[in-house]
Amino acid sequence: MKFALGGSPRPEAEPSPRHPAAQRDPSLFAPGRERRARVGRIFHVVFALSTLVGILVLAVLIFDIVRDGAGALNAGFLSNMPSRLPGRAGVKPALLGSIWVLGLTAAMAFPLGVGTAIWLEEYAPNNRFTRIIEMNIANLAGVPSVVYGILGLAVFVRTFSFGRSIIAAAMTLALLILPIIIIASQEAIKAVPASIRLGAYALGATRWETIQHHVFPQALPGILTAGILALSRAVGEAAPLLLVGALAYVDRTPRRLTDQFTVVPVQIYQWVSQPQPAFHELAAAASIVLLVLLLTMNAVAIILRNRYSRKN
Amino acid sequence: MSDSIMSPPGEIELEARDLSVLYGDTRALKHVSIQIPDRKVVAFIGPSGCGKSTLLRCFNRMNDLVPGARVEGEAIFQGENLYGDGVDAVDVRRRIGMVFQKPNPFPKSIYANVAFGAKINGFKGNMGDLVEKSLQQAALWDEVKDRLESSALALSGGQQQRLCIARALAVEPEVLLMDEPASALDPLATQKIEDLIYDLKQDYTVVIVTHNMQQAARVSDYTAFLYMGELVEYGVTEQMFTNPAEERTESYITGRFG
Repeated sequence: MKFALGGSPRPEAEPSPRHPAAQRDPSLFAPGRERRARVGRIFHVVFALSTLVGILVLAVLIFDIVRDGAGALNAGFLSNMPSRLPGRAGVKPALLGSIWVLGLTAAMAFPLGVGTAIWLEEYAPNNRFTRIIEMNIANLAGVPSVVYGILGLAVFVRTFSFGRSIIAAAMTLALLILPIIIIASQEAIKAVPASIRLGAYALGATRWETIQHHVFPQALPGILTAGILALSRAVGEAAPLLLVGALAYVDRTPRRLTDQFTVVPVQIYQWVSQPQPAFHELAAAASIVLLVLLLTMNAVAIILRNRYSRKN
Repeated sequence: MSDSIMSPPGEIELEARDLSVLYGDTRALKHVSIQIPDRKVVAFIGPSGCGKSTLLRCFNRMNDLVPGARVEGEAIFQGENLYGDGVDAVDVRRRIGMVFQKPNPFPKSIYANVAFGAKINGFKGNMGDLVEKSLQQAALWDEVKDRLESSALALSGGQQQRLCIARALAVEPEVLLMDEPASALDPLATQKIEDLIYDLKQDYTVVIVTHNMQQAARVSDYTAFLYMGELVEYGVTEQMFTNPAEERTESYITGRFG
């Protein structure tokens, strides 16, 4: 076969005809700059309004809760047990219950979720099996939380005989947030450029060394953010925990993993269901406690993320 | 071996024997045989997609990392087939270093970039000295000696690429593979890299892939021209550029295609 492009010189290109400037016809264009600028302004306003709606609703919500609940919020509210008398009722067991359950949930869901994400991104072969797993995880992230409650009731409370306990609740919530943590961690790991991995491999690093020194540290801020967001979802859940046995009236603080428990959202739910207005005030106060808990968690996440980002 | 593919004199450091690489069903490299002598600079040239980078990556088994890539034939380093049984790719990559097209420093300090490879490979000597020596070899020491703890990402592109070279040298390789190391750099930074390559061949065998024919002519002792996965011509650089044996080589180096 003769080499196609060798030897013979390239044929001279025909000079392209000049742009027919002389034939310019402005009437073919209708720039309508004013109309286009107006459309631009309209969208600008639409987007700003969308943001404003969200901010306003949130502000009203917070204002409303604070107005209703601030009166009931005092040191006694945080340290008292629930009571039939609104004046003596407190949120202590619910708050401690929430902290116990969340701590355990995080301890279980974090390692499992991050481990799964690392396996899927760094180890798993790119085949149908892996794709089926990933698709199922994505689907699980969309399953309503009450379904996880049913699962927790059947598996942890009954089959594993954990009873209506903190450990059963934490396991249920861990399952609930596991898909969220996996997916968000995968995104964080995917965002680490391939060139970093190649650079490490080219120096004779093993796969684990590449992950340990480069992929994981760079993905960590994203993973932490994902984890805290997932926990923020877990802290507000009442439905699945009602199914695994969160009780509104717990008269002692949790001491063991197998203890009965309640959590703040369940306590709020119970108080709101009471007919007396004084209990509604307590519910609002408990909502403030829940908000503060959430904000604290987010603050911790931001501090951790900044610390790790600086280290790199 | 045909007349247009020479057997270089001197000790042979790297050799490909009937080497092919397949990506799925596509044969990106077709039965290439080439010998690369010790402590010389060899340039691979050819149009995009000709297989020069693929060939380069066979010599440190980076193709292992490409999903679906399959290597046939032998890539021999100091008499040993790199694709033989019991050869550990991790060990190969320590002894045969690589510098990439785009500078890819780790988002860590300059010091940590250089020390990383040595650390994981169990370097027992004085790490500070090794970092200094490596940066000096890469002609970067004077520019960064006062800020070893600052981020490597704060360096200019050319400095980053020299850092990547220093990083590769710190694990004391015997061969340095360079995949278009200057293509993302400005002319001044490019010249520094080229000067560096000239110095490095005192101690290392250097194989460089380049799109830039002037660069191949300036830095290399031998040049290989690849086209569509085949090795078309391999010879002394000066001869390749003044009097190529193959018509296809001449067409390419005179700029009629590619």
